[in-house]
Amino acid sequence: MTHSVITAGPSRSFPTAHPLLEAAVEGGAILLLVGADAGAAFAGLADKAAYQAILIELGTECLGVHTGESRGEEGGNTLGFARFRLGDAAPSDLVEIVRQPGTDAAAIAAARALFAAHGLKTAVCGDFPGRIVDRLVRPYYNAALDKLDAGLATAADMDLTLRLGLGYPEGPIALLERTGLAAHHDVTQALYQALGEPAYAPARRAQVAKARQQREA
Amino acid sequence: MTEQITIGVAGAGTMGTGIAIVAARAGFPTILFDLDAARVDSAIGQMRAFLAKSVQRGKLTEAQLAEIIGRVSGTSDIAAMSPAGLVIEAVFEALAVKGALFTALDAVCAPETLFASNTSTLSITEIAARSGRDDRFVGMHFCLPAQLMKLVEMSPGLNTSEASFARAWALCEQMGQRPVRTQDAPGFILNAFLVPFNNDAIRLVEQGVAAPEEIDQAIKGALGYAMGPMELLDLVGLDTQVLLCEALHGVTHEPRAACPPLLRRMVAAGRLGRKTRRGLLSYQSTTIFGG
Repeated sequence: MTHSVITAGPSRSFPTAHPLLEAAVEGGAILLLVGADAGAAFAGLADKAAYQAILIELGTECLGVHTGESRGEEGGNTLGFARFRLGDAAPSDLVEIVRQPGTDAAAIAAARALFAAHGLKTAVCGDFPGRIVDRLVRPYYNAALDKLDAGLATAADMDLTLRLGLGYPEGPIALLERTGLAAHHDVTQALYQALGEPAYAPARRAQVAKARQQREA
Repeated sequence: MTEQITIGVAGAGTMGTGIAIVAARAGFPTILFDLDAARVDSAIGQMRAFLAKSVQRGKLTEAQLAEIIGRVSGTSDIAAMSPAGLVIEAVFEALAVKGALFTALDAVCAPETLFASNTSTLSITEIAARSGRDDRFVGMHFCLPAQLMKLVEMSPGLNTSEASFARAWALCEQMGQRPVRTQDAPGFILNAFLVPFNNDAIRLVEQGVAAPEEIDQAIKGALGYAMGPMELLDLVGLDTQVLLCEALHGVTHEPRAACPPLLRRMVAAGRLGRKTRRGLLSYQSTTIFGG
């Protein structure tokens, strides 16, 4: 199935060239709206029904912000997507595909097939803040920072324990240092605002990193 | 400096059996104790079977297998633990049970014998307080399966002497393990992170965020984990997760450690994970719970 791409602003999912973008054609059956302003590009589309699926790149917002919601029955041929990415590290191969309750099964299947055909892995989720991965890992990273403050163990021992004990490729402290504590602050702040759960409130060390980033800027 | 001591292992369940393999394989004369003599015999049979597989895989010779098994003795008489220089306890995860065991061990072991608990959730200080030797008591939490996993979380209780902790640490290394030091805090490091993380994953299913299979795909794809939280929960057993939640939440009152209602319903329905072929995922077909 062919696909077209409209780029609208800088993209977190595809910050550099990617085979998926390079394979785009004019008049494709799937429309990929890429970039920070993908939602605005969607609003400006003349004929949304002309596509089998329209895929809007999402930031931290819900898909419903762009498509609208109605009594839990919303959904059609439009989905959201985002490649999971930690801070300024390269995007992962995981694309979270966001659906609404009434989204067409054929549109979901087409989205999965498109990303898979270009070497990406997919997971489908509902239209909720943080989708799957951020919802799960951010409280875990916050807990690691809190427990470091509490002196549970050294950063090195905490990372080593989680790598050896659970087979994680990287411990949480090393991962946050590599990808940026200030970026973790920004994601958790947005999730805390959206969900109101204390587990998402930015940890103290993330707040410090953010304050230092702002001061340096 | 290496010590030539006998290691006692109290409790012939899965953890105790694994720890006994580790001790005997490292060259220590090892006594495996359990009140149930049949359980001890079964555990030694399991040790032999595990080591036989190591021979098949070329990791041991038949002669080494015989040597290792030759170092192991089993007993249901606690007085037989008297030669041990270090006793590692791996019995049921209840303070009263562990306390009673250590009280009995204190009566038969030499004053210089170190006591260690393999508890994953209870306080080392509280268990030590019932041992009669809280200055010679440490936490030594092995990972499952102990005979394959190098990591040991080691925690001093409030009254553990530095000399005792250093001695236990050296013995742990002598057993070929990799100790890490943690505070005597509920769940230490591994369970303090893992139990709430897995609960959060169950809550995503409860809240309709995603189906279990999608959650596993997302976590593995995004972070490179070998297993997703749903696969891991099904492997550990959902009934075990309930017990871990109760132990951890009972002490910490941390909301993320509280048992999710879906987890309790699944246990009530007999969907315990891999062992019942139905858990968060199904192992008889591709059907997924919540999918």
